[in-house]
Amino acid sequence: MLNVSHLTHTYGTGAKAHLALKDITFEVQPGELVSIVGPSGCGKTTLLRTMAGLMRPTGGDLTFLGDEITSVPEGLAMVFQDYRGSLFPWLTVAANVKFPLAKLGLSKTDLAERVAESLSAVGLTGFEDRFPSQLSGGMQQRVAIARALAYRPKILLMDEPFASVDAQTREDLEDLVLSVKKKFNMTILFVTHDIDESVYLADRVVVLSKPPTFVVTTLDIPLSDNRDQIETKEDPEFIRLRGEVARLIRHPENDEVASPVADLA
Amino acid sequence: MALTTAVPTASRSRVGSERQAARRQWWGRFALRWVVLAVLITLWQVATVAFPSPFFPQPARIFERAALLWFPGANGMLTPSMQSDVLPSLGRMLLGFSLSVVVAVALGTVIGLSRKVGDYIDPIIQFLRAVPPPALLPIFLVLFGTGDQMRVLLIAFGTAWPILLNTIEGVRSIEELKYETATVFRIGFVGRLTRIVLPGAAPKILAGVRTSLSLALILMVISEMVAASSGIGFSIVQAQRGFGFLDMWAGIVLLGIIGFLLNTVLTLIERRILGWQRSSGRETA
Repeated sequence: MLNVSHLTHTYGTGAKAHLALKDITFEVQPGELVSIVGPSGCGKTTLLRTMAGLMRPTGGDLTFLGDEITSVPEGLAMVFQDYRGSLFPWLTVAANVKFPLAKLGLSKTDLAERVAESLSAVGLTGFEDRFPSQLSGGMQQRVAIARALAYRPKILLMDEPFASVDAQTREDLEDLVLSVKKKFNMTILFVTHDIDESVYLADRVVVLSKPPTFVVTTLDIPLSDNRDQIETKEDPEFIRLRGEVARLIRHPENDEVASPVADLA
Repeated sequence: MALTTAVPTASRSRVGSERQAARRQWWGRFALRWVVLAVLITLWQVATVAFPSPFFPQPARIFERAALLWFPGANGMLTPSMQSDVLPSLGRMLLGFSLSVVVAVALGTVIGLSRKVGDYIDPIIQFLRAVPPPALLPIFLVLFGTGDQMRVLLIAFGTAWPILLNTIEGVRSIEELKYETATVFRIGFVGRLTRIVLPGAAPKILAGVRTSLSLALILMVISEMVAASSGIGFSIVQAQRGFGFLDMWAGIVLLGIIGFLLNTVLTLIERRILGWQRSSGRETA
């Protein structure tokens, strides 16, 4: 449903031009959770922003449900890393979740139902009337996830959503993403720099190189659908996969193989 | 993170006692504020009785006079001075002040949203705000005559600057990510304005409004001291010129009371709009 083909992006022009994305190609199928992992500074956020329609790439094709992405497409929601900046501190938890629903023309009961359902999916029932500042970081990010869920997007983009919460909370939130994906049959594109996280969550992992960035490889993750923070991470298959991803990020041996495309760009 | 655990009874009763303690604290602060005021007024009374002077009448007599002048009588009718001085004054002030809030917030939002407009207008604002508004009174007299129009406009002009500058600052302080969030959820321009820009800038705007409110009272009085035939400022000057020092002091006390009441109203409005700010800092989990 989301197709990225030979995407390139250059910041600036002339002598100051900086090639951030060299050649990115991958796709996301409905119901899939694809994670994008790469070293820090490899343009993951740039990539995600182009997909959200927040910026235009300088080259390549980008389509969502067959339509070229030129501005924010309908049916797309995004969870940002900086939940503090992305939530509205003057709105209660429930009002924050309701925020994107105003223009959908829902009845009052439908609205209330969606808010309640989304909040219960992220385990925040009973916190409707709190303000974000009264919640911990992990809970604030849950509110942001609930807000995206209430919008019922066809695809959910997550930009390093758990990079600024503590390790324990992070594991809880990862499991939350998996349960939400199952419950709403969501299609999710998850950007992270954490290798374990990318393998643990995904059906497929897209491994990016250092900038100028290209797709080193795309790995299928044949782990079972019922993942568990302890058991899955003990699974030899998991350990093998995370090792492979780590090696690919560190030594993208197929560097030379993948680069010729850049000459075309 | 225990999200679903019920609040145990122990902590519930702790909440209760906390609330009680908070209430006690509130009463403590309340009593302190008024006790100090009462003591000061008593001292004032004692001093004026001990050293009588026609220029400094006893506060008891000032309050008595003020009540006579402005408290509605037993029949509930407004006193003549209430009708001819206080209500016109309040009318001018509220009209001028409302005008100022509307124009300054609208203008400040435009300037705050557009860097370019801001760059052009900034020097003009810096110059105009630096001029003490009372100094403009002569110009306003020439431009708008001696009627209410002049006074309302002077109040509006003088009080607009703190609100304008604070609105600009408040609008500029809103993080880009809030707008991006709105973009992703396909919220249009009007939605951003009413749902992000104004609430996001509200704390700053209200801080400006608070500053301007006391300015409005000052400008009202000053504008009524020149070329006026009614108003609290007018009545104070009249009394002083006619050696009616009791009336003069009563007018001053009235201004203090009006200022206090207006501030109280504003505090209530602030609490309503900025309730989310007061509740911050209390973290759960």
